[in-house]
Amino acid sequence: MIQDSKLKKEVIAKRVAMELHDGDIVNLGIGIPTLVANYLPSGVEIFLQSENGILGMGPAPRPGFEHPQLINAGGMPVTFLPGAAAFDSAMSFGLIRGGHVDATVLGALQVDEEGHLANWMIPGKLVPGMGGAMDLVTGAKKVIVAMQHVNKNGTSKIVKKCSLPLTSIRRVNLIVTDMAVIEVTENGLILKEVAPETTVEEVIKATEAKLAIPDKVVQMPISL
Amino acid sequence: MKNKLIAIEQIVEMIPDGAVLMIGGFLGDGTPDLLIDALLESGKKGFTVIANDTAFPDKGIGKLVANKIVKKVIVSHIGTNPETQKQMIDGSLEVELVPQGTLAEKIRAGGYGLGGILTPTGVGTIAEDDKQKITIDGKDFLVEVALKADFALIKAKKADFYGNLTFNLTSRNFNPLMAFAAETTIAQVEEIVPVGGLVPDEVVVPHAVVDYIVRGDVK
Repeated sequence: MIQDSKLKKEVIAKRVAMELHDGDIVNLGIGIPTLVANYLPSGVEIFLQSENGILGMGPAPRPGFEHPQLINAGGMPVTFLPGAAAFDSAMSFGLIRGGHVDATVLGALQVDEEGHLANWMIPGKLVPGMGGAMDLVTGAKKVIVAMQHVNKNGTSKIVKKCSLPLTSIRRVNLIVTDMAVIEVTENGLILKEVAPETTVEEVIKATEAKLAIPDKVVQMPISL
Repeated sequence: MKNKLIAIEQIVEMIPDGAVLMIGGFLGDGTPDLLIDALLESGKKGFTVIANDTAFPDKGIGKLVANKIVKKVIVSHIGTNPETQKQMIDGSLEVELVPQGTLAEKIRAGGYGLGGILTPTGVGTIAEDDKQKITIDGKDFLVEVALKADFALIKAKKADFYGNLTFNLTSRNFNPLMAFAAETTIAQVEEIVPVGGLVPDEVVVPHAVVDYIVRGDVK
């Protein structure tokens, strides 16, 4: 198991980046998903979409070059890359809900055996609102969950059935954690890869949900 | 044609206590800050606010909430404003959460003469509570009814004297949609140009839906 928390995030971001293809329209959530843009394979150009009305979003500007009217969906200053487009919220969600976004990468509170995702609310504790999450999970062509395998208390975030309110009844496609890559299918969850320095047994022990274990589980093809 | 450019004090006089307000902006970006400040100074209260979010306690719509002159918000997100969450928990503020894409379409429908829209977003989640569900070609959709307002308070980059509007960068967001959906639409703009000073292709909101213009600065 990887212990260092910075390294865990790096492993997740690097592995998710391998799922993106040249020319993809991609929406990245806040937190670990945002890091994915730093690890794109060479030769892969993607177009980042932001809910507040950008296609072709670039990285944060250098200090002093921030513009108050050019922000991402988290409110942080960003830039436009050459070829970017700006549009209103209806068009932005037309891209998202209409199936024109190739992939969305989102964090999660829980994912369950059916591939259902809960990532927007803890009743009685945390009610930030769903923002664009329900539309993204419902409409994107591919939904990739990028998260730590267990929560701060060491409890599995991949559960038998979500106890928290769902974001959508659409199944996510892939779960990438600091321990494993898990594919979501109609028949349940399949362990595809383990992280460096991680064994299949460790993954099974850290996962509440039932995992199908193929004869051959490879190691994530990334270097630390 | 009447002169749409008026003083901000005249705007505030028009808005009664308890009005339903659509207010543009995304975390404060594209929110008409001068109109917000004028509302605060007016002492009026009891508003229902329809907006993407409640920004921050010291910014944009967040200031209206923090000063307790809002009784209900219809928004997609309140996570950046602890004051909204506090008032929601103590019961002094009613909060209706709507998925962001659904909110945009409910407002668009209100302005475009539609009764509502059908969306797959929220099916099977708590967002479908109390809503009618319709199946088309085997796929479930929620019926989301249109939203309208008494006033839309929006922000644009440039206006001509007719009220044609252009927008800047990410400050466009909900503003063009809200311009259509209110009885009276008031646009705070950074610059006013003569009629003919805007190329028709750059006009995002046509003057037909803009009632008044107020001049402000880039913020």
